[in-house]
Amino acid sequence: MRKSVFSMCGMCTVRCPIRVEVEDGVATWIEGNPHILAGSLCGKGSAGLSFHYQEERPQGPMIRQGLRGGGQWKRVTWETALDYVADNLSRIMDKHGGRSVFLSCRGGPFLDLPKTFLKSLGSPNFTNHDASCARNVHHASLSLYGLGRKDFIYDLKKCRHLVLYGRNMFESLKVKEAKDLMDGLSSGMRLTYVDVRQTVTGSKATRFWMVRPGSDYALNLAIIHAVIKEKAFDKEFVDRWTSAFDSLAEFVEPYSPQWAEKQTGIPAREIFELVQELGADRPRVVFHPGWMLSRYLDSFYASRSAHILNILMGSVEVEGGQIIAKGPGDYQKAGLHSLEGRVPKVAEKRADGVGWKYPHFDPGPGLFHLFYSAIQEEDPYPVKAYISYRHDPLTGFPDREAQRAGLNKLDLIVALDAKFGETAWYGDVILPLSGYLEKDSPIAVQKGKIPRFIVRRKAIEPVYESKPEWWIFRELARRLGLGRYFPYEGIEELWDFQLEGTGLTIRDFEEKGFVDLSDEPVFLDRKAGLKFKTPSGKIEFFSPSLEQAGFPSLAVYEEKEPLPEGTFRLVFGRHAVHAHGHTQNNPLLHEIFPENTLWINEQVAKKMEVRSGDFIELSAGGVRVNVRAYVTPFIHPEAVFTVHGFGRTVPLLKRAFGVGFADQRLAKGCLELYDRAGGGIAYLESCVRVRKAAEKEMTAT
Amino acid sequence: MSQYVLSQDIDRCIGCYSCEVHCKANKNLPEGPRLCRIYQVGPRWVDKVPRVAFSFIACFHCEKPWCVPVCPSGAMQKRPEDGIVFVDPEKCIGCKLCIYACPWGVPQWNPESSKAVKCDLCKDRVDRGLQPACVTKCITGCLYFEKKEFMPTERLKQHERMVSIYPPTDE
Repeated sequence: MRKSVFSMCGMCTVRCPIRVEVEDGVATWIEGNPHILAGSLCGKGSAGLSFHYQEERPQGPMIRQGLRGGGQWKRVTWETALDYVADNLSRIMDKHGGRSVFLSCRGGPFLDLPKTFLKSLGSPNFTNHDASCARNVHHASLSLYGLGRKDFIYDLKKCRHLVLYGRNMFESLKVKEAKDLMDGLSSGMRLTYVDVRQTVTGSKATRFWMVRPGSDYALNLAIIHAVIKEKAFDKEFVDRWTSAFDSLAEFVEPYSPQWAEKQTGIPAREIFELVQELGADRPRVVFHPGWMLSRYLDSFYASRSAHILNILMGSVEVEGGQIIAKGPGDYQKAGLHSLEGRVPKVAEKRADGVGWKYPHFDPGPGLFHLFYSAIQEEDPYPVKAYISYRHDPLTGFPDREAQRAGLNKLDLIVALDAKFGETAWYGDVILPLSGYLEKDSPIAVQKGKIPRFIVRRKAIEPVYESKPEWWIFRELARRLGLGRYFPYEGIEELWDFQLEGTGLTIRDFEEKGFVDLSDEPVFLDRKAGLKFKTPSGKIEFFSPSLEQAGFPSLAVYEEKEPLPEGTFRLVFGRHAVHAHGHTQNNPLLHEIFPENTLWINEQVAKKMEVRSGDFIELSAGGVRVNVRAYVTPFIHPEAVFTVHGFGRTVPLLKRAFGVGFADQRLAKGCLELYDRAGGGIAYLESCVRVRKAAEKEMTAT
Repeated sequence: MSQYVLSQDIDRCIGCYSCEVHCKANKNLPEGPRLCRIYQVGPRWVDKVPRVAFSFIACFHCEKPWCVPVCPSGAMQKRPEDGIVFVDPEKCIGCKLCIYACPWGVPQWNPESSKAVKCDLCKDRVDRGLQPACVTKCITGCLYFEKKEFMPTERLKQHERMVSIYPPTDE
């Protein structure tokens, strides 16, 4: 029997809409949802089949035996595993209260279940991965517009000039974004690509700037300087919607393109050329404020300056520029009901200090890395249990040893995941989540030009003894006497609850897999209808909330010190077939890109007498690894580069185990090295020492 | 040459290797055989931007395929109706003669079945009125599958572009 199921991919966190074909219960074909993606899908998406049907994934609940990280597990029944987790949580909460439990995830549209669970325990300590990713961008956006990072859409198809700072859209691959960017380029969009190395994205650019590592902020200050000098900005928009423009103009006065040339290595003349083009291209201009921008101690200000450039271009709520993402309410439509809304508020303050000790950070997910100091110091209170829900901080966050020291002080570590992550392997209990083809998920809202409800539907029965999260959280809650917050038997009842009052039923999703809440996009009136959630209602170049927290709205540029001889910035990024640390063991993806290498500048390599393929030793803070060199002129001499996600230590992952190296291990001390204004980890502030490895030292990590 | 042409728009190709995975996932192939390949050329400086080009290569479905006459079991065949060159796994005896015969190294070895396997332009999909897996799911739409009489000169010009703008490097 054949069937076709509309669903959502789960290979990476983009969650592209997909259509799955199933024959006699076996998934045989996955393609991009034809209604949204015209069938297009990335390689990871197609490799979803091999993910589900290969055996190197958790096949049933497991409880640790022996020491943490020792790799000795006992396979148990779901009944036993859930009882074990519930009993331990009860014991910990009896002694330390619900606040002693924290939960981290990787964000996304399905957070109602974990948030409801944690809140029902009485804990405020919900957090996510974003301090290792886009927190700087998000906070920079909030400080200007009162709107977050995800409240904007970049209209790439109609954009005339896109400026990217290491945002590698053709290798970090969101399918829709990559399609739109290519369509934009085909229609004559200009692309200025700024990075410390060349990428596939940069190879399609109209202008490529190899910038000195860590000097993006200097570059932007100079562009702002020149835009104002050349009057290449949208005066009408700036007058109508911003405050403190004069102080911005005064602030950037010393930061001329000639000054920036010395900081960045970008010729002043070329900066002026860009600014001239911008004058012609605006408002259809996007300065991409960054995605993963946990890089330097001034990344928050680098992102803020890119946002400022968008504002000067008038690229707000305009076709071909930034468009404000609309939710159901913007179209006078009812939103989805949430389970979390039915749980009493938690008055307790967050253990990471966000919202009270650090009032300028968004309290929503807080900052994950600050939990480690809370655990160590028991300040503001003891934190004793950790639930890692589809999150692998030992891969995503820096400094394994520092993290393990924190984890060791916990009484319980539970991992809910469909894969063997480094963190799950170091935990006490693994509760295997079903893969995305094997489960239904709650309905999700996607804000956009037109808001949309979309749902993941089960295409196949679980291959192993895994369970969906709607079931796991409900079962745990029931065991803790909190079942009333998960008042459903099956997923259908949960969907009915979510859709109450929307006039929709789950059957409305069958035709296309999603429901658009309008036929036509509606733009807000740029003269009178924009709403910025700042105290002044305007875009704030001068941000009172930042200033109150002790941070300047416009920070003076601090020149990066020259690096000591033999040391480099270890820059990390993506390859098109890998999603961070999730795909290294996938049979089809491993085959294409099995091992990471170290990009090193050819002049630097020549001095070290290193050729492509030679082993290089990298070291930092007592951690030493060997890796093969890839010698190229297309990387800045102060940087070395690798693809993130390798150097896995879980022996059950036979393809990925011990292959390549884990860049995050070398970011020693970075758990405490973060952008105080933006909250993002400053991975690239910690440098690595590089030397040619002797033949005998060719050992794995 | 088959009635069909599988062509690539170099400017739109982003070398994401998705086509390779789409192909293997569709044919349920193990690690080893790769029926279509992306080859990277560059990066090299072209004016002031380091350019990279990616070349997509699958089977050429030759007019006179060398792999067919060498096959002792009649497994390797050319479809009379449209010229698609394919191998029938039921008849393949795993002698590898096709692999040696093909000047392009197109036929691949499937270590699981111990038989030869190659691009058949997803003839089962074509027979259902669909396009090959690599074309159907290509992210940027850089791959085209057409009857050869419909192949516009534009495509040929793009191929010229590949060899003129992104010539192979000296290294």
